[in-house]
Amino acid sequence: MSKKPTTKKTAVRKPARSKKTVAWKRSDGRAFDELRNLKIESGVLPNADGSAYIEMGRNKIICGVFGPREMHPKHQAKPNEAVLRCRYHMAPFSVDPRRSPAPSRRDQEISMVMRSALEPAVFLERYPRASIDVYIEVLEADGGTRCASINAAAVALVDAGIPMRDLVAACATGKIEDKLILDLGDYEDKKGQSDMPVAYMPKLNKVTLLQMDGIMSTKEAEEAINLAIEGCKKIYEVQREALKKKYGIDQNQVKPEKEFQPEEVEEEPQSEEGHQ
Amino acid sequence: MSKSNIVSHLKQKKITEVLSTGKRMDGRNFEDFRELTIKRGVLAKSEGSAEVWLGKTHIMVGVKVGTGTPFEDTPNEGVLMCNAEFTPIAHPSWEPGPPNENSIELARVVDRGLRSAEVLDTNVLNIIGGKLVHIVFVDLYVLNYDGNLIDACSAGAIAALIGAKKPVYTVENGEAKRTEEKVPLTIRKKPIAISIVKIGNNLILDPTTDEEDVMDARLTITTDENNNICTMQKSGSEGLTLDEIKKCINMAQAKAPEIRAKAIGD
Repeated sequence: MSKKPTTKKTAVRKPARSKKTVAWKRSDGRAFDELRNLKIESGVLPNADGSAYIEMGRNKIICGVFGPREMHPKHQAKPNEAVLRCRYHMAPFSVDPRRSPAPSRRDQEISMVMRSALEPAVFLERYPRASIDVYIEVLEADGGTRCASINAAAVALVDAGIPMRDLVAACATGKIEDKLILDLGDYEDKKGQSDMPVAYMPKLNKVTLLQMDGIMSTKEAEEAINLAIEGCKKIYEVQREALKKKYGIDQNQVKPEKEFQPEEVEEEPQSEEGHQ
Repeated sequence: MSKSNIVSHLKQKKITEVLSTGKRMDGRNFEDFRELTIKRGVLAKSEGSAEVWLGKTHIMVGVKVGTGTPFEDTPNEGVLMCNAEFTPIAHPSWEPGPPNENSIELARVVDRGLRSAEVLDTNVLNIIGGKLVHIVFVDLYVLNYDGNLIDACSAGAIAALIGAKKPVYTVENGEAKRTEEKVPLTIRKKPIAISIVKIGNNLILDPTTDEEDVMDARLTITTDENNNICTMQKSGSEGLTLDEIKKCINMAQAKAPEIRAKAIGD
């Protein structure tokens, strides 16, 4: 954790803070409200309907979305809306020491909270009886994997062309040495006093995931949620950039549209020839 | 059971309609709990136990203290483990089988509440550093399900732990020997979970099964006796605004002392 984060293309950085907060530095040299390096790429899996790859700090997570497609097994389908299924899974080599590839209780709980974090953003009622499957594979874990996974999953859902009310951005806040910090790394996650992952829909202004461990006063909890929301707003911009990069149109590259010409006499006989 | 059961539109409409009048289907106010009864020390074979009735929700909590090897990263600390069992007798839609996500969530939220508040001093649960420690198992057994399991289980877990005793071990030449003597566990904090359920624009406490079936979101907040927040867990398929979260925190802090008093008993 002593490494200073290197600046990458999509790194999110904040200008220097007021004198009081600059004096206290975190174990990796970040300011208290500074995010780790963040890189999101969409459309990375050719076989999936939608996909995304995220690097958040040293987290490396890949997400694939399949669907809307027929629900299997059928009895799990809902007659009035689609079912969003999430599976959070960590690779055996993602942590030290090796972990068993079998899903743990932690994995199952994360899968569940991820689903409820993403569900409010998806127009599930448009696809009755269908399933939308979100698969998360954590390739390397460095604290805050559930938040990073949600960030990737939201981008992957959009990449799959699934209609959404908003993107979902997530990041954690926590307390270490009695100070509130944003976007906990692995060290801060383990050594800190408390940890609060938050997912947020910036346009609808709604919190869709809220968990907390450790001790916080009411005031600290409220400040922590606000700090997390500010972080989510920055992540939201990176998510948008990732999608724009794949689907957006560079206004400078756009050629002016040709005027519509209804009748071109010369081309007509040619096209009829093609039919015969 | 976030919207896992499909509820008829009529029921959904009726519940929302009644809520808009400021009352609930069973005549309670929004902040009212159903009748809560907690009985401690009901099982002789377990080191600590509690039986909880919350309306028709019926839970048995058993504490067993065993021994085992400590975790590698905390070689001199005992372990507290929480597990929830959804028995098929508790509800017609519950089936035997491996734990589902709801029972995992229940166990983990109660567990995190106990852990975050540091209810037990894990250092005194050490027997032989690095080799043998006490392991305290808290098993939550749901006998009848009528909503609000987390609150009932968290109160039950505290009640069971307060009365629990651990066997005393003597160490000779690196060998641990169990004696007949038993001493009570030291309980440092008493965290209580309060779940707030959002239906439409209404925030209510202590939901029944019907209310849980139609709920939009739920936020569980565990607070200790100093009103500090130990655990939060949001579930359900809708989001919450910041104002709603603040309101939920206030509701939980206002209600927790009443439930804690019931859990501690006399």
